[in-house]
Amino acid sequence: MSEHYPALLVTVPLLSALFITIAGWLKKGLCFPIAVAALSVSLYSSLGLLMRILSEGPVLYLLGGWPPPWGIAYYVDHLNGLILTVVPLVALLNLIATKKVVEEEFPEKIGPFYALYVLMVTGLLGILVTGDAFNLYVLLEIASLTGYGLLAMGEDRAPLSSLNYLYMGTIGACFYLLGVGYLYIVTGSLNMLDISSILPSLYQSRAVLVAFILCMVGLWIKMAFFPLHAWMPNAYTFASSAATSLVAPLMTKVMVYVMIRLILTVFTPKFDFTVLAVKGPFVWLAVLAIVAGAVLALAERNLKRMLTYVIVAEVGYMVGGAWLGNRDGMTGAILHIVNDAFMTLCVFLVVGNIVYKVKGYRFENLKGLCRTMPFTMGAFVVGALSIIGVPPTCGFFSKWYLLSGAIQAGHYGFVAALLFSSLVNVVLFFRVIEISYYEPRGESHGHGASSPALNEAPVSMLVPLLMVAAGLILLGLYTGDIINHVIRFAVPASLS
Amino acid sequence: MPYRQVFLEVLGQPVSRESGWPAAIKNMETITSIKPLLAVLVSLGITPVLLSSAKPNVREAWTFVAAIAKFALVASMLPAVLNGSEIVYTVAEVIPGVAIKFRVDALGMFFALVASSLWIVTSAYSIGYMRGLKEHDQTKYFCYFALALSAAIGVAFSANLLTLYLFYEMLSFVTYPLVTHHRDEEARRSGRKYLLYIVGTSIGFVLPAMLICYNLSGTLEFGKQGFLAGTGSNALMELLLGLLLFGFAKAAIMPFHSWLPAAMVAPTPVSALLHAVAVVKVGVFSVVRVLTGVFGTDLLRSLDFSPFILLVASVTILVGSFIALSQDNLKRLLAFSTIAQLSYIVLGVGLLSPKGMTGGILHIGMHAFGKITLFFCAGAIAVATGRKNISEMVGIGRRMPVTMAAFFIASLSIIGMPPGGGFLSKWYLLLGSIEANQLPIVLVLLLSSLLNAAYFMPIVYKAFFCRPEESLFENGVKEAPLFCVVPLVVTTLISVILFFYPQPFFSLAALVVKGIAGT
Amino acid sequence: MSDFFSLLLSKYNYWIYITLMMIGLYAMIAKNNLVKKIVGMNIFQTAIILFYISIGAKKGATIPIIEHAHERHGSEAGSFLVQAANYINPLPHVLMLTAIVVSVATLGVALALAIRIYNRYKTLEEDEILSQIRKE
Repeated sequence: MSEHYPALLVTVPLLSALFITIAGWLKKGLCFPIAVAALSVSLYSSLGLLMRILSEGPVLYLLGGWPPPWGIAYYVDHLNGLILTVVPLVALLNLIATKKVVEEEFPEKIGPFYALYVLMVTGLLGILVTGDAFNLYVLLEIASLTGYGLLAMGEDRAPLSSLNYLYMGTIGACFYLLGVGYLYIVTGSLNMLDISSILPSLYQSRAVLVAFILCMVGLWIKMAFFPLHAWMPNAYTFASSAATSLVAPLMTKVMVYVMIRLILTVFTPKFDFTVLAVKGPFVWLAVLAIVAGAVLALAERNLKRMLTYVIVAEVGYMVGGAWLGNRDGMTGAILHIVNDAFMTLCVFLVVGNIVYKVKGYRFENLKGLCRTMPFTMGAFVVGALSIIGVPPTCGFFSKWYLLSGAIQAGHYGFVAALLFSSLVNVVLFFRVIEISYYEPRGESHGHGASSPALNEAPVSMLVPLLMVAAGLILLGLYTGDIINHVIRFAVPASLS
Repeated sequence: MPYRQVFLEVLGQPVSRESGWPAAIKNMETITSIKPLLAVLVSLGITPVLLSSAKPNVREAWTFVAAIAKFALVASMLPAVLNGSEIVYTVAEVIPGVAIKFRVDALGMFFALVASSLWIVTSAYSIGYMRGLKEHDQTKYFCYFALALSAAIGVAFSANLLTLYLFYEMLSFVTYPLVTHHRDEEARRSGRKYLLYIVGTSIGFVLPAMLICYNLSGTLEFGKQGFLAGTGSNALMELLLGLLLFGFAKAAIMPFHSWLPAAMVAPTPVSALLHAVAVVKVGVFSVVRVLTGVFGTDLLRSLDFSPFILLVASVTILVGSFIALSQDNLKRLLAFSTIAQLSYIVLGVGLLSPKGMTGGILHIGMHAFGKITLFFCAGAIAVATGRKNISEMVGIGRRMPVTMAAFFIASLSIIGMPPGGGFLSKWYLLLGSIEANQLPIVLVLLLSSLLNAAYFMPIVYKAFFCRPEESLFENGVKEAPLFCVVPLVVTTLISVILFFYPQPFFSLAALVVKGIAGT
Repeated sequence: MSDFFSLLLSKYNYWIYITLMMIGLYAMIAKNNLVKKIVGMNIFQTAIILFYISIGAKKGATIPIIEHAHERHGSEAGSFLVQAANYINPLPHVLMLTAIVVSVATLGVALALAIRIYNRYKTLEEDEILSQIRKE
């Protein structure tokens, strides 16, 4: 069984979507357990796969037994093995945490919601596990379409925002498809490893250059890299918090993974950093993204939108780190994929809790929350510290590697942008914490006055949140292990 | 004079004429023990207990238990350190070559002893103050206090720059709720200033400096003579010095000092322990660690950085003292006095001479005991009479004689006159500046002592020796509650005792100096 | 000039698909009506599909279906040699089948969203929708 983990990962959630839909018609109470079971199987398989990779090395799984380049191969090495464990875990935690939200917001659509949920995870897992460039497009679109559907289930403006996301997302995916098409024209193959072995003799070809640009731009649209991010704030803000806390931590990060996969495996580092002269300009674009994300976030009085701009800046970190072209920068980018997924999950679960209790997410709604929802705000503080980059939370360590890589590459603009972003994050998050810390009404000196009653979110929403918050600190303390056992092997030796 | 004998006795070894530094320590072993981690975690672990305590008395009792346990743990490591050994404990290696690691050496032990002993005293005082003023949110207050002490001990026992940074940041965030305890507009503004200065400098200056250091030398462990020697150009060293010196804004070195007067909106026990003792001492301790453990005295001397450090410190001392002269609010005056006094420590280390460094390190302790007494007095006055400004305290000596007597003795210590313990540290600073041939510094020290007297003595004078009709208080002795008065008497007595018998602080300071020479 | 024309003529499939893509993109951006935007998106995707198909074409080749293959059994089946140059490349067609499915699914989702929007705002013109949003 264990040698089929790569296939199980993807097919179990896929099939369960069918069952969930049926259950949605017949017996709504079964939808949630089926989804939990499916994601648990995926999580278990991904963990098993990671263990196997750590002991044996990269795993090549041939779907249907057809050998590449005719068949589709699933290729799992240290890079995607690590992220494979993150995605089902995040999805599972979010599933449990948002159960009450889903029941409250769309009770009659539980079946479709969970079916879309599980299908999205299928798409994401497929993207991570595949070793075929066209297969990646298919799964990319699966993930995207289900994402559009999930994000459209929300308030008033949700369908329109999702439609705008649909336009831009489709353009992005089509660019990627075009890029793959160009690669197919010049190499005749769609298998990633195969392409990378054929390409070196073609590095000077203009078609390869165009393919590279098309793939990059397409992925940048999908990962909301400034200035191609315009779809994200609206799409994430107006959606239901259950959907946002699934899509926000995962979608953009998996797109960053695809970009790194293209950089490292398909277009090898030699092409990206030596033959092409783009790494300088790309890092400056990342600097722009970081600064823009920070500044735009400062202008927001709406917690959810502010967090989406924080994501824009985080994507800037990862793109910049990957394009620095050295080992530390790439390590930082990969580590940040993992860290950012959890940090984003943490803060968006907090938003979910707040919306569930207070029915609003503008700054005015947050007054006095430190007293009424102390655990939620406590987790928010941990998430905020991680995004700011305070040890021992995990955010500090990915920032460390990014900064280290930038110093080694001599790119002080990126260093300055990272520090600027950290300082702006302090302001952003402490603004929110301040508002929640001070009472709604003008404060009396409260001589032993009664404190407002505890109005916390239900336990099923709190426990996953607190687990994630604790996980942020644990991830930080175990950074050394993660880097030494996994990420060190994900970055090829040719990168200095 | 007793202290000279003590000095020679502890060192027991001939002073080598050329360098002026004592000869090296012979026995230096490294013991591995979990005690440093436990000392840090004691108060962290007590937090859930505190949060769940229903009755205030139970809560207070647990605070005392934690404080005494922490002090006991720290003190139990003292004999080994006095012997010349070091205690280490590694938690996790998070970055290649850099781990979250504790090392208990003489300097760390010095600071840890000061902080943990004063926590016990401050807890007692807190009880009196908070109950006397019927403050709100007392449970959270005691929790954050415990966490802050945890962070302070963590800084004291850090073995490398990363661990120090970790606990430094922890302290910043944990003390924010303490500073903004009153939750009014003023507290909010002060809280913002606090965060802006302290977190802004630590992320903006210390973090890049730390990364540059790591990239230059591959390690962040504090070494006997630092780890930066020979790793980079002189210009780079200058940059790092500037970043690290000003980056630890908790040391209130000008121009990054304004957070300290603003933070006086906090309840007085908070101001007392944290801002006279723990937070600011963490800052200045970090600066000392950086100067001795990252750069090393040899490197500083060879690059001739001493004048710069001395200049910065002197400016802070003089300007701080001048501003203190003009303050009416007692706590603000004490804040500016603290700003000036902290730079004595930096000055001492910046002199790069054995006596100067001894004086600087010793002042960490002497100033702590003296300043905390002064803050306790200010708080006692606030509890008993509600007065905060000096102009309102005319004639208060008749009403609260014990408090004002303690104030008087503690201010003697700060000014640097016997029988206050501060005399010892100032004396060594003077000797050190002569030893280092820095006569302007002698002038700075004398001038600042005069200024200190100029702003402290009038308070005492007006409190005791005013005409009956000027006095703003009715006759009759009515002191603050016992829980307030006893701690301040205790710390006053300690200040005086330290003048006559400065152990173990003196030996620890001497050990630090000895250790620096011992490479 | 003749260089340019030869370039134009030899790579005419590229020019066609680029033109179609730009038409689609123009429709998505400039048109006000949501359905027209969706149509534009579909044109955009179709352009790419056409492009892929065009690259599989070969001069003088026939469709890639081997005649009467089902009549050969046993040892003969599978040992039938094919001259690849006589058949156009089937792989892009196969890939584009998938892409067409994706395109149809996207169209479905987009139209479903458009219906939702219409139910809410009672119009499909984007400027009217935005003015309604601004009023709220």
